[in-house]
Amino acid sequence: MESALNWHAAIPELALACLGMAALMLGVFMRRGATLAVTMFTLASLLLVAMLVLAADAPVVAFDGLFVLDAFAVFTKVLVLLSAALALVLALDWNEKEGIDRFEYPVLVLLATVGMMAMVSANDLMSLYLGLELSSLSLYVLAAIHRDDLRATEAGLKYFVLGAVASGMLLYGSSLVYGFSGSTRFAGIAAAIEAGPASLGLITGLCFVAAGLAFKVSAVPFHMWTPDVYEGAPTPVTAFFSIAPKLAAVGLFLRVMTGPFGEAAGQWTQIIVLIAIASMLLGAFAAIGQSNIKRLMAYSSIGHIGYALIGLAAGTEEGIRGVLVYMAIYIVMNAGTFGCIVAMRREGRASERIEDLAGLGATAPGLAFALTVFMFSMAGIPPLAGFFGKFYVFMAAVQAGLWPLAVIGVLASVVSAFYYLRIVKVMYFDPAQPAFDPRPATVGVVVAGTTLFTALFALAPAPLVAAAGTAARALVGG
Amino acid sequence: MIEAGSVFFPLLGALVAGFLGRAIGDRGAQVATVGCMTLASLCGVWLFFDVAFAGNARTVELGTWIASGTLEASWALRFDTLSAVMVGMVTVISTLIHLYSVGYMSHDRSIPRFMAYLSLFTFAMLMLVTADNLVQLFFGWEGVGLCSYLLIGFWYDRESANAAAIKAFLVNRVGDIGFALGIAGVYMLTDSVAFDAIFAAVPALTGRTIDVAGISVNAVELCGVLLFIGAMGKSAQLFLHTWLPDAMEGPTPVSALIHAATMVTAGVFLVARMSPLFELAPFALSVVTVIGASTALFAATVGCVQNDIKRVIAYSTCSQLGYMFFAAGVSAYPAAIFHLFTHAFFKALLFLGAGSVIHAMGDEQDIRRMGGIWRKVPITYAVMWIGSLALAGVPFFAGYYSKDMVLEVAWAAGTGVGRYAFVCGILAAFLTAFYSWRLLILTFHGAPRADAHTMEHVHESPPVMTVPLILLALGAVVAGAVFYDPFVGHHFGEFWREAIRIAPGNHAMEAAHDVALWVKLLPVLMGVSGIATAYLLYMVFPTVPALLAERFRGLYLFLLNKWYFDELYDRLFVRPAMRLGVALWKGGDGGIIDRFGPDGLAAATVRATRAIVRVQTGLVYHYAFAMLIGIVVLVTLFATGRL
Repeated sequence: MESALNWHAAIPELALACLGMAALMLGVFMRRGATLAVTMFTLASLLLVAMLVLAADAPVVAFDGLFVLDAFAVFTKVLVLLSAALALVLALDWNEKEGIDRFEYPVLVLLATVGMMAMVSANDLMSLYLGLELSSLSLYVLAAIHRDDLRATEAGLKYFVLGAVASGMLLYGSSLVYGFSGSTRFAGIAAAIEAGPASLGLITGLCFVAAGLAFKVSAVPFHMWTPDVYEGAPTPVTAFFSIAPKLAAVGLFLRVMTGPFGEAAGQWTQIIVLIAIASMLLGAFAAIGQSNIKRLMAYSSIGHIGYALIGLAAGTEEGIRGVLVYMAIYIVMNAGTFGCIVAMRREGRASERIEDLAGLGATAPGLAFALTVFMFSMAGIPPLAGFFGKFYVFMAAVQAGLWPLAVIGVLASVVSAFYYLRIVKVMYFDPAQPAFDPRPATVGVVVAGTTLFTALFALAPAPLVAAAGTAARALVGG
Repeated sequence: MIEAGSVFFPLLGALVAGFLGRAIGDRGAQVATVGCMTLASLCGVWLFFDVAFAGNARTVELGTWIASGTLEASWALRFDTLSAVMVGMVTVISTLIHLYSVGYMSHDRSIPRFMAYLSLFTFAMLMLVTADNLVQLFFGWEGVGLCSYLLIGFWYDRESANAAAIKAFLVNRVGDIGFALGIAGVYMLTDSVAFDAIFAAVPALTGRTIDVAGISVNAVELCGVLLFIGAMGKSAQLFLHTWLPDAMEGPTPVSALIHAATMVTAGVFLVARMSPLFELAPFALSVVTVIGASTALFAATVGCVQNDIKRVIAYSTCSQLGYMFFAAGVSAYPAAIFHLFTHAFFKALLFLGAGSVIHAMGDEQDIRRMGGIWRKVPITYAVMWIGSLALAGVPFFAGYYSKDMVLEVAWAAGTGVGRYAFVCGILAAFLTAFYSWRLLILTFHGAPRADAHTMEHVHESPPVMTVPLILLALGAVVAGAVFYDPFVGHHFGEFWREAIRIAPGNHAMEAAHDVALWVKLLPVLMGVSGIATAYLLYMVFPTVPALLAERFRGLYLFLLNKWYFDELYDRLFVRPAMRLGVALWKGGDGGIIDRFGPDGLAAATVRATRAIVRVQTGLVYHYAFAMLIGIVVLVTLFATGRL
């Protein structure tokens, strides 16, 4: 089966790529209303491809072992497509008001998504790099899409430069791995590690690959681009960055660490533990000092990645399942939170400071309630969804004997509760500021939907947990 | 139903006044509580005659409270002669004081709250006396303690009232530790907390010992002493008496009801209730006798020099409680209860009379600023005379019968501690008469010492206050003569039946009727001479007391400062406890826990945040450098980990 072409396994990616071309054509040849039309077309494409993914037969190895479609890939791809769609909806109104409503925007989101889908299906260092770069190049452009804005262009440039460094590391690591194992196929690398004690060169290669991936998930110490890019990029782009690429990168991280390097788990577990601890602590402490809510969310996402990596450090099926559940919930909470941030417009201008939220409980009770739900959920307070995310990874860590990690995680989440709850305090107890502009219906729908999910997840956690369990089994299960 | 009515009507009144006070207003709360109390007292008096005189003792089971292994405590109303006497007395006195309070508290801001507390107290007191097990008794015991605390601190905007309330509560806690340990001990020995089971089991326990800190002690004696420590706290006996004078910070009806007639006698009641146990604990009884007798004398000496009208009566109460205890201590429980019964009338009368005086004088309590008002308040004056005559034991008033009986049993017991009690009691009788007349003369006679404005406004209290006074005065006159025969007469056993058990060897009750004539006459003689002395010193030669105080300055100050008990306790307990508390607070909590805990963590968090934020310079090459450092660290860790 290794050698078979099995091209049908890549139908969703191929379809999405073709639809992307079509969207580009549509944008070029339509004269008026192109942006709206292309956005709608892209949304429809994303949903269609999501259905294609769900309909696909798994597991299949395709393209001579370059590409794999398994339950894990299906789970992650569906979430990536969903988060891309959410981010696109949030951008609709915003881009128009900011004067950046170009039809390239949805097309770039779409192409990035294609790249991410390729990432999570990668079964070879070459296809890994291909997918990663396809998505990254689109993201660099997206970060700087507001090209008249100084901060946005700065963000795009920083992201590009540092992303190039990370890519270099990844490539260098890949070459080392290839050199010492004689294969770029994940299966081949795994076989080489299994065959004998891993050589120092191979391990160094693993380190570089891990560093490149850690950059993508913005884990400490490869996180430094995150606050600047999150703050500088237009808010809907930040929203997109904080969910879809992050999820794809985490998926890739999981696959690489448990797949080709699964046999070397003894070596990398400690590294992941260190990265996780550093990310949790930095995310918790640095966010306290922030006054810009997007920057705060950047540190928050660094912290969340730390929690998610706890599951990877555990390395067990429960751990991987925990990471997937965590990321799924995180995506919803984050999309909702950024929905609220997108709604922060006063007299036609976007406000980003936390103090701009003062008195929101009085001026916009619905929005304030939604943001309160998200903040409490992010702080991990039961019975909101965020609690379950943390619960599963902490449980996995404890079962794997990594209880110090779980303890540090709990303590860090106590510290982080401070800045989440501070936002709630500002909204309800500080003297009111003038009301925000009326928020567009699209944002309202996203916020309402994600609020419902976050608040009511406790009622029916089983489907998500079961799906994540299946996906995790595909990765590490016997 | 009558049984439940006598106990639960006050609770009903308390609930109505307490929770619906705002809705029904001051008048409504007064009507509700006084009405409920009247119904309760009708039930109580009927029960008093039905149970005590007709001999229909009974126990009404209301339900199970605790059932855990062998520990079974039920809610039950036990009516035997002892509790019937108490129920009758408590309901009647409480009703009169409720009525009096309507007038006395008429200008207060929170009348419903006061009436609710008063009724709640009465309910707790009735639960205490009708308990058929030690746990329910403890429930009532703590209930009256709580109400006492609430009522002493009723005027919570006065600092002194709050301090007094806290003091009362804390001192009672000391006694309650003894009481709780006593209950636990009894349960340990008899495997039950129900009175019938305990009394059935104790005779088999004589000679049983328990090890306490390596010392073997008689188990029954130990339980007796522990229970008595509880009684000492509640009844303000020597060493645990310091709260009672301070408790006069409460409104005067509270002093009359709680700190004279009912709650403070709970200790005496407890000893009488536990008579089957105490009868097997001669040492514990000796302790009771000595403490009681010493308190009787001690409190009387202090009462002679106090200047606050209520404090004089408070010390008098303390002293009279001592009489009751030493009577119980010589196994003359009926005499103790008889004195408790008569004392309730004349002491409530004296307090309410004092309240009437205070009312008339515009809230003046210092007898040095009274005098010369007897013509303006004739009813108050008359009832105060009656109360004082009864207290001093002048023949044919209530106190004469009971106090003489108490002193006679002390002599008749024929034991050393009995003789000690007799001597203390006789001396205290002289002092009692002396301070009573000192109070009467300074308050009502001589030249007015209040300012003219106050004197103009001196007036007799309204009927709602004087009627209870007159009824109580009636009790103070006749209660002794009427009930002498059944309570302590030759056939007292037929009256008390199973309620009180006296060991066959203890003959103080019977022997008291056959003591020498001088023993019977001496108390009266002492009382009369006390009155005469007071008359001479304060009426005929009013300058002499000051001269005496000057001449015996040391003794005077010693008495005025209440034997320096408060100062001693302050030095011994309060200040060290405060010092320890401050040390733990400033040093332990502030210096260690706060400094390194919340404050330290918060400061460290802020520092960490600043440091991290400072690293985020915004310069791309810094970021790239951080990434390279990171990868170097990772690779190094891996490489060294492998070596």
